[in-house]
Amino acid sequence: MTEKLETILASLPAERRYLILFLHLVQQELDYLPEEALRAAADYFAVPPAEVYGLVTFYSAFRLKPGCRHEVTVCQGTACHVRGAGELAAEFSRLLGVRPGDKNPEKGVALRTVNCLGCCALAPVVVVDGEYQGRVQVSKVPEIVKKLTGKK
Amino acid sequence: MNQKRIRTVGELRALRTRLQAAQKPPRLVSVSAASCGRASGAMALAAALDEEIGRRGLEGSVELRLTGCHGLCQFEPNVVIFPEKIFYPNLVPEKVPWLVEETLVHGRIVPELAFRESSGSQIFPRLEDLPFLKKQVRWLLDRHLTLDPGRLESYLEHGGFMALEKVLSGISPEEVINLVQASGLRGRGGAGFPTGLKWRLARQAGQTEKYLICNGDEGDPGAYMDRGLLESNPFSIIEGMIIGGYAVGAALGFIYIRQEYPLAIERMSVALEKVREAGLLGKNILGSDFSFDLELIRGAGAFVSGEETALIASIEGRRAFPRQRPPFPVVRGLWGQPTVINNVETWANVPMIIEQGPSWFARMGTAHSKGTKIFSLVGKVRYTGLVEVPFGLTLREVIEEVGGGPEPGQRIKAVQTGGPSGGCLPASLFDLPLDYESLQKAGSIMGSGGMIVIDEATCIVDLILYFLRFAREESCGQCAPCRLGTARMVRILEKITRGEGRPEDLELLEKASWTMREASLCGLGRTAANPVLSALSYFRDELQRHVLDGECPAGVCRGLISYTIDKHRCGGCLLCLDACPAEAIEVADDGYPRIDQKLCTRCGACLTVCPADLSAVIKLNKKGAGAGEGSREE
Repeated sequence: MTEKLETILASLPAERRYLILFLHLVQQELDYLPEEALRAAADYFAVPPAEVYGLVTFYSAFRLKPGCRHEVTVCQGTACHVRGAGELAAEFSRLLGVRPGDKNPEKGVALRTVNCLGCCALAPVVVVDGEYQGRVQVSKVPEIVKKLTGKK
Repeated sequence: MNQKRIRTVGELRALRTRLQAAQKPPRLVSVSAASCGRASGAMALAAALDEEIGRRGLEGSVELRLTGCHGLCQFEPNVVIFPEKIFYPNLVPEKVPWLVEETLVHGRIVPELAFRESSGSQIFPRLEDLPFLKKQVRWLLDRHLTLDPGRLESYLEHGGFMALEKVLSGISPEEVINLVQASGLRGRGGAGFPTGLKWRLARQAGQTEKYLICNGDEGDPGAYMDRGLLESNPFSIIEGMIIGGYAVGAALGFIYIRQEYPLAIERMSVALEKVREAGLLGKNILGSDFSFDLELIRGAGAFVSGEETALIASIEGRRAFPRQRPPFPVVRGLWGQPTVINNVETWANVPMIIEQGPSWFARMGTAHSKGTKIFSLVGKVRYTGLVEVPFGLTLREVIEEVGGGPEPGQRIKAVQTGGPSGGCLPASLFDLPLDYESLQKAGSIMGSGGMIVIDEATCIVDLILYFLRFAREESCGQCAPCRLGTARMVRILEKITRGEGRPEDLELLEKASWTMREASLCGLGRTAANPVLSALSYFRDELQRHVLDGECPAGVCRGLISYTIDKHRCGGCLLCLDACPAEAIEVADDGYPRIDQKLCTRCGACLTVCPADLSAVIKLNKKGAGAGEGSREE
């Protein structure tokens, strides 16, 4: 891991404005941001570790723990909301046994909600393992969940 | 193909002429393949088309092209076939052989695949016949029908970089600013500040380091105009910024795109590389002494980043905290230097203005709002998608004619514009013209162009609670009025949706709203209460029914609805009993199912499964305590 971090750091100038890009690149590579990466960033960009931590917790793109094998994202944009995205998230939550923003290690599924994916004409939108699905009805959720937890 | 460096204005012109004159296949099949299209299966459709075109040996006479967003998002995936502009909506791969045989081989329209408003009604086979395009003026969107967003050559074929060519052929920076100012172009991000004036202020800062920023942190939920532009025609945004750099005297610009838009980031990144390779970005552009470059920044997920001072902080590598304005970024921006921040759509308009002239641009629109504006028309309307209309069209024209009116059997109640900073305008105000001032006067804002139509099935309390929860989550937390105000209002509204609201809660909401409006640090906090204030002025009756009568007229707020089973209609199938996730349904002594109101979570599962010919589950838009008992004992 240290080696990977060093390669990424070496590709960036030691200027504060590349700090967020560094975090993006590390997460892309490692799937999350381990403490080691935050400390390396603090050293390299000459920023207190607390500030790096502050950045990581401020922006919703970053996470401090690894993700899950499967990820379900339910869009909660306004267009999705008025077309029942709240019910949709609740149904996923019920069937997956996990609250939005949390994960179920047993099933290997993380559930999250997101403010708007910008596919509003297809509302409500759900992203299952990176694949966008539009006009998802609550009655379709059991099928999606079954497919997801069935595959390894 | 590697692009050779274009060294002079003459070379650029020659290359464009050569590309435009080149022999092309007589037919073009354009597949809408931006995010919405891909989410609906555009790539599988394109693969099927490609295979069938190959199988029939039509490669020489038909070109298949993946384009950006046609704006017809409801009809994804769709194709438009040129030169006739035949439009086939919601096309599935299984129909491809039929389409190829009829339309591509024999040149005939397939009526079964064409658009019709309802089954059996008249068909609208050509793009220009489509009823929802009639009132649109698609200056920006029409190019998305044929432009390949991944190829610079395609942009050049469409007349790309003609504006830059014109500028570098001897128009001074001041004259460029004059042109933009004369066009009346105003910021498309929401505030509507005159673009030319902003540029002039930056120009007047003199010989100092200056920066440009393209604000592509389109965070308003329900709005995706900028994604459409970034994914479909990144080149015009780049060209606009190069011209902007020349006009204000900046050498570096940043394009900031929110990370939730991966395809937009990818396409912009490819486009930047191609433009740089061609020498249209970098040192001594087209042999002039003007040098300019652009950097792409990927956002990291924070709504507040869209606020311009927060955006600057984010580019500098800090948390996206807004700061007090003035000084405005045009005076003190990125790293303390004068910075021009414009929205994606604003930049995309610039080349057109330079090329066609300010009076051409200004002939469209109203006295103070010029040109066209793209809106994302979504929600409870028949035709959703990106629509581009001239300023001054009324809300009614957009919602009823472009959007096709309500969904079957529904009534439109209001339209929400301007996202979390905007408000809900009731149907009685639909004759308002769309321009910056009119919407603001009515208590909403145009914002960046989100237009979410709601009908009688949407509850206003639930909607404003949605926006306030959004604002609470996205509040950066620096200033107390926004941080505490949003949280307090969410609590009050939650209480109301639970059926525990009191009349004085409405006064408290109003008071908190004004405090936030007066005392918050940035635009986000100052406008976060707008949804509440507009609801209080236009939908006070609906709010009062929640707190005075214990009713939710739309039947949405769970604390104010109830379900009962009418045993006279019940067939005793007990589907409801199985469906109930809360185990609130039991079989009563008389053999019929009964809902225990204490256990019922009002999810409506019983209503969904109850056979339609029986309709024994009845939903009441009132609190449930006594209602359930009553109907049982009848």
